[in-house]
Amino acid sequence: MTGVRVAGVGLTHFGKHPERTGRDLFAEASAAAFADAGVDRSAVESLKYGNFMGELAEHQGHQGPLMAEAAGVDAPATRYESACASSGVAVREAVKDVRNGEADVVLVGGAERMNNLGTAGTTEALAIAADDLYEVRAGITFPGAYALMARAYFERYGGTREDLAAIAVKNHDNALPNEHAQFQREITVDEALDAPMIADPLGLYDACPITDGASAVVLVSDEYAEAHDLDAPVAVTGTGQGGDKMALQDREYLARTPAAEKAAEEAYADAGVEATDVATAEVHDCFTIAEVLALESLDFYAPGEGIGAAARGETTRDGDLPVNLSGGLKAKGHPVGATGTSQIAELTRLLRGDHPNSDAVDGEVGVAHNAGGTVASTTVHVLEVVA
Amino acid sequence: MSGDELVRDDGFDDFLDAVADGEGFYVECENGHGSLPPRRVCPHCGTTDLKEVPLPESGEVETHTTIHVASPEFADDVPYVTAVVDFGPVRLTGQLQDVDPDAVETGASVAPDVGSTETTGERILVFRPR
Repeated sequence: MTGVRVAGVGLTHFGKHPERTGRDLFAEASAAAFADAGVDRSAVESLKYGNFMGELAEHQGHQGPLMAEAAGVDAPATRYESACASSGVAVREAVKDVRNGEADVVLVGGAERMNNLGTAGTTEALAIAADDLYEVRAGITFPGAYALMARAYFERYGGTREDLAAIAVKNHDNALPNEHAQFQREITVDEALDAPMIADPLGLYDACPITDGASAVVLVSDEYAEAHDLDAPVAVTGTGQGGDKMALQDREYLARTPAAEKAAEEAYADAGVEATDVATAEVHDCFTIAEVLALESLDFYAPGEGIGAAARGETTRDGDLPVNLSGGLKAKGHPVGATGTSQIAELTRLLRGDHPNSDAVDGEVGVAHNAGGTVASTTVHVLEVVA
Repeated sequence: MSGDELVRDDGFDDFLDAVADGEGFYVECENGHGSLPPRRVCPHCGTTDLKEVPLPESGEVETHTTIHVASPEFADDVPYVTAVVDFGPVRLTGQLQDVDPDAVETGASVAPDVGSTETTGERILVFRPR
């Protein structure tokens, strides 16, 4: 089985681009990835593409071939949909294809256009990641579902809105030097606490913004990298995926995310690493409480102990385990279908040393955690510097 | 939410009808796992021997939130309280009505009922204090 190298990565600016189409965003991100990789478009053997709400936002299904066209790729192309984990799943499928010899060069990416729907329209569109019969009909929104999990966590383990605010402050701070981030702006704990409530206990600053953007990664086999003398020091060494019941009411836990626990366990075993080997992580902080649940699922903390990590300075830029050095979904932005590959792109730059926050990384192992819906699906990937 | 009032969601709408009539039920498998219809298989253990069992008259609020930013279908309902309520073998998700949002507490005893939304008049599962 061959190893899988990240040959190149590309991102658009994440933010408000309501006038730009998904295909234009992906064209930009994929062009950047090809340029970074030093790989020609003609070498691509398949496109794996993540997108969640294209039918609602752009009246556009069947986005695989459309995005192959946008990227200038003449290859079979498939769209993967797994809510907010759409492109994380695409990455996993691309890794499998390279490993099993199906392809030496795979373009994997994602894009989402959201701002043209407005806040109410986006709230409605995102809600379809929840169970329509049991949750959406009762008026559950996406923030509302995470709020139910946040209160369940507080009741079970303790924790305060101040603990959550520290996560938002940290991730905004990390986004300051990231030119791709939607918010390059500091916030304070008091600002976060004083922001309007969306679904208590989650306020506006506990939530990721509505974001347009695209991301792309060129994955190649070890053999291809060597034969073409590519400068590709980072490899995807572990992949894992887990699932859980769709509706919160049918889950064993409301304050834990077993889908992510399973994905992490599988990815760590696949890579032959342990949580203690990890130097930095990009985790799915669509809401501040989601970062807490991610830290515990990835085995950095025992259940109930991740809540104070940011407030204690353990996951900040100068902490022992810096988390979301990109700014995370909270400050970098969350163009849903683009998020999974953007985490791989950010982590690759962090590990190979050309990210503005690379100095904060002390080690050669990184982890990406991408969650779909209220964590009914999750992918975890381990990236390592191998050369 | 389809918007087409002529189409029923078989199983789930039967469930709402039953709750509205005070005869709520859930689906139980031979291993005692509870779930809501429609089911052909127990989502917890995969067994296919399912039967309808009466829903307990009251449950406990396990977690709740007051939603201030809603989708267009619930625009006129805000702020509204949504809760996951534990009925023992099964949990239900719905709106908690007839309560002051600031006074909602986990552990509170509530009864299931069917109500409607302010915005569209669609019927929804609701809970009321007991």
